[in-house]
Amino acid sequence: MSDEKIDAIETEEVLSDGKTANLAGAELAADEEQIGQRIREKGIAYGMPYNNTYNMDLYPDKVQWKEGDLTATRTTMWSGPGCHSGCQIIFYTDEDGKLVKTEGDPNSPMTAGRLCMRCLELPQMTNNERRLKWPVKRVGERGEGKWQRISWDEAYDIIVEKVKDIQENFGPECIVSMIGTGRNVSQAIAHNQYANFGGADLTLCFLSGDSCMLPRTALCYVIMGNQWVADFSQFRAKRYEDDPEFVNPEVAIIWGTNPMINNADAFLGHWIIESMKRGTKLITVDPQLTWIASRSDMWLRLRPGTDAALALGMMNVIINEGLYDAQFVDYWTYGFPQLAERVQEYSPSKVAEITWVPEEQIIEAARMYAKAKPATVQWGLSVDMAKIGVITAHAIACLVGITGNIDVPGGNVLIDQAAGLEFGYNSGIWELEGTPYVANRLGVDRYPLKKYGFTASSQADSILQAIETEQPHPVKMLWIESANPIANMGQDAPRLYRALKTIDFVVVEDLFITPTCVAFADLVLPCAMSHERDCIRVWFDPLRTLTKCGSYEECKSDEEIMIGLGHKIAPEKWPEYVVDDRSYMNWRLERDGVLDNDGTQMTMERVEEKYAGMWYHKFNYRKFELGRLRPDGMPGFMTPTGRYELYCTLFASFGDDPLPYYEEPPTSPYRTPELVEKYPFVLTTGKRSFEFFHSEWRQPETISRQLHPDPMFDIHPDAAAKYGIIDGDWVWIENQMGRMKQRARLNPTLDPRVISTEHGWWFPERAPEEPSLFGVFDCNPNNLIPQCENGTNGYGAPIKCSMATVYKVTPENDTPEDQPTYQVCTTGYTHGPTHLSDKPSFYDGWTPDYEPEGFFDIEEYWATHEHEEYVPLHKREQA
Amino acid sequence: MTRYGLFIDYEYCSGCKVCVTACKMEHGFEPNDFGIVLLQDGPRECSDGKWEYNYLPMPTHLCDLCAARVDAGKLPNCVHHCQNGAMVYGPVEELAAKAEAANKSDIAIFVR
Repeated sequence: MSDEKIDAIETEEVLSDGKTANLAGAELAADEEQIGQRIREKGIAYGMPYNNTYNMDLYPDKVQWKEGDLTATRTTMWSGPGCHSGCQIIFYTDEDGKLVKTEGDPNSPMTAGRLCMRCLELPQMTNNERRLKWPVKRVGERGEGKWQRISWDEAYDIIVEKVKDIQENFGPECIVSMIGTGRNVSQAIAHNQYANFGGADLTLCFLSGDSCMLPRTALCYVIMGNQWVADFSQFRAKRYEDDPEFVNPEVAIIWGTNPMINNADAFLGHWIIESMKRGTKLITVDPQLTWIASRSDMWLRLRPGTDAALALGMMNVIINEGLYDAQFVDYWTYGFPQLAERVQEYSPSKVAEITWVPEEQIIEAARMYAKAKPATVQWGLSVDMAKIGVITAHAIACLVGITGNIDVPGGNVLIDQAAGLEFGYNSGIWELEGTPYVANRLGVDRYPLKKYGFTASSQADSILQAIETEQPHPVKMLWIESANPIANMGQDAPRLYRALKTIDFVVVEDLFITPTCVAFADLVLPCAMSHERDCIRVWFDPLRTLTKCGSYEECKSDEEIMIGLGHKIAPEKWPEYVVDDRSYMNWRLERDGVLDNDGTQMTMERVEEKYAGMWYHKFNYRKFELGRLRPDGMPGFMTPTGRYELYCTLFASFGDDPLPYYEEPPTSPYRTPELVEKYPFVLTTGKRSFEFFHSEWRQPETISRQLHPDPMFDIHPDAAAKYGIIDGDWVWIENQMGRMKQRARLNPTLDPRVISTEHGWWFPERAPEEPSLFGVFDCNPNNLIPQCENGTNGYGAPIKCSMATVYKVTPENDTPEDQPTYQVCTTGYTHGPTHLSDKPSFYDGWTPDYEPEGFFDIEEYWATHEHEEYVPLHKREQA
Repeated sequence: MTRYGLFIDYEYCSGCKVCVTACKMEHGFEPNDFGIVLLQDGPRECSDGKWEYNYLPMPTHLCDLCAARVDAGKLPNCVHHCQNGAMVYGPVEELAAKAEAANKSDIAIFVR
């Protein structure tokens, strides 16, 4: 094919510079590009135009120093409590190792002294009296909240006995580990699951359709063999104009994210502001006017869940007006003619009807983005949280692809974890080589994208199904780290409550006794917080160290727990010298062959001492030209065609549509018009606030909770008036799935047909025991959102695009018995059993032989099914 | 005696409450005490179709411009941590000159 010839010519030219095949990020930055040198030269890392008077005597170029009586430790914040980001922070601890105060590291190239409010108030969490201090085991019934203090040895003994029993009698496939955001938990929970428990099922904790990052990531790996992020020069120690290669984006689209608050992986919102100060213009795509939308040249107020249509409409304009990057499309993409034909179905006028964005704005935004060079898209969670999450990601990825903004400075750049270290959900996966467990992960048989695409986790909904129906096998043990599914992460929270009560053995590792602990846990293990751990952070460059500088009671890090269990359950898998966080990190650096640029074995100490805790690799742009994206060293992308696949050949081979398309959410004013009278609003959930990260920070001692005491939902003033609601009123929000209540905040920037709620609410000050359960279901939008309503590829769920109605809370409808938590704890549903007959119109049932009349009722299911004896995989192999 | 103050470019204040929190932590204030508070205008649609949506941090009588930190050679805690680099601490005359040189609107100077 002539296209391949073009590629071959490019190959020779590019490879003639002597570069060998290499994966992105494996080459090191030169010493003068590391930050230690940089700090010595300039004193302040990058151009905060106003803050350039820092006293280098007070913030020396070291990992640790003394300031008065306090020890100052320069390190990286991670979790918990945590978020996706890792800001450079200075912990000030006293002689007892107690955290006294925090400061942002003014000399960090990534954060330049900035912190968010949560890191500043961190001592209120680390020293919080409510914190779990030692391991406890349940002594009453589940839900009674009665605990007995036990030693770590006793806790380990209980776990080891259970694990060995399950491994032998049911097989390791019956043990499932579940994770929340907890980024510096991922390497430990995965390695613990694979090496110690011996099963392959690790999953996001009942997050339906794995709808956080993974739909976008899976799509990126399938069509470009890598993943991207918007480039604001974050992968180099010299930032912005000090980086000779970086080009400030001319236009940035902020798509379905509020970056000032939510700080996604490898991204901090204030980087956008620094680029705005340097001339970047913004387009913000959001159902409501976020602050950054108010600072944007264009704000596209779309209907929640219609993002794919908007991207297709913009491509219609860009392709039909010839504004695409013809050379990039010709040299590097696959399937442009088919895409050009597909977008003809999405004229701006039609897309305007779908998205509620005016036609002229669609056209103008498309032109503004396509004409800018470079331009970038910073996309957010809203892309994932639709049933067509992967398809939506595909549509936006095509938009970026046809404009040639792939892996160019100031565009969307392809990234890997630092030093090629596998510290994500595949950490320790080598322990399962030669076993049948990876191939038998839950959900793999149903979803080819899980089987062949990017996946290191099991599909969350399939695990729920296995718990409920024991198909394809039962789940005997759940191990939950850093997740609180009935407060936050799991959809159809009442259904989770009914299902999780049936599991034999549940262990939770957490910072506090959460509703999840009270309702289900048999054992709760106390976790160390960020400054109480040694760790390395490789979720994108630079590789950063976390240096332990404190401790709290008997809390242990996830690594310590993993290692403690490991030496008891599977000692052959753990070198004797691996006994704590630091020896684990150094073992992994050695095992994974991470070397310094002089060939010396890299260690945590070396990163701390030589590189002041931040070790940069050389970040290359246009890696597809350099042969750095493919193991064979050829130019192009790591895809079946070697090209950036606008037409996805893998989707085609699965029988899925290979091109992006738009489909209405499962319930919407157009898909299910019969529901409009009863549920007139489009419901979007999960509105972020600076005070909280998901279900964290609700402790009343924190500044966060004091500034934000109640859950708030946004409603347009006209809609509120129609329902007799005034600002601050408590309001019931209800649909066919269930109900909850939050307080009204009048927001004139919303479409009057849309409401927007917060998530993650529970009330640590309320009684733990059922039916109080910290009020966990009272204000929970997940009462209104289904499980198991996923895309054809297993990813995506309608979490930000369903329907609901509102009505005021009154003394008559707000009795103790009306509270959703009371209802769930006593009946299993938020409306009581009568709601069973109100069948959701979209409900697709669960198993091939079972179509429930209403909600999935685990008791009803087992009234018509027999428990089958399960033969573990390892016993079948033997037979 | 030189008077000092805070220069705030509120075009870039996103309302992140870092200044509020940094201040409370630095001074160990009770829940009801604040050295700086955040005022909010909007979001409000003007008759010209534009949306006004601004935050403005406002020091209170409890603000001492972090005298102890400044004596130790540090910046006031709000200025140090401001997410968007929107605050400057310095002599009022210098701040005024900076405001004039910035040649833009949306700047406030608080004198303590």
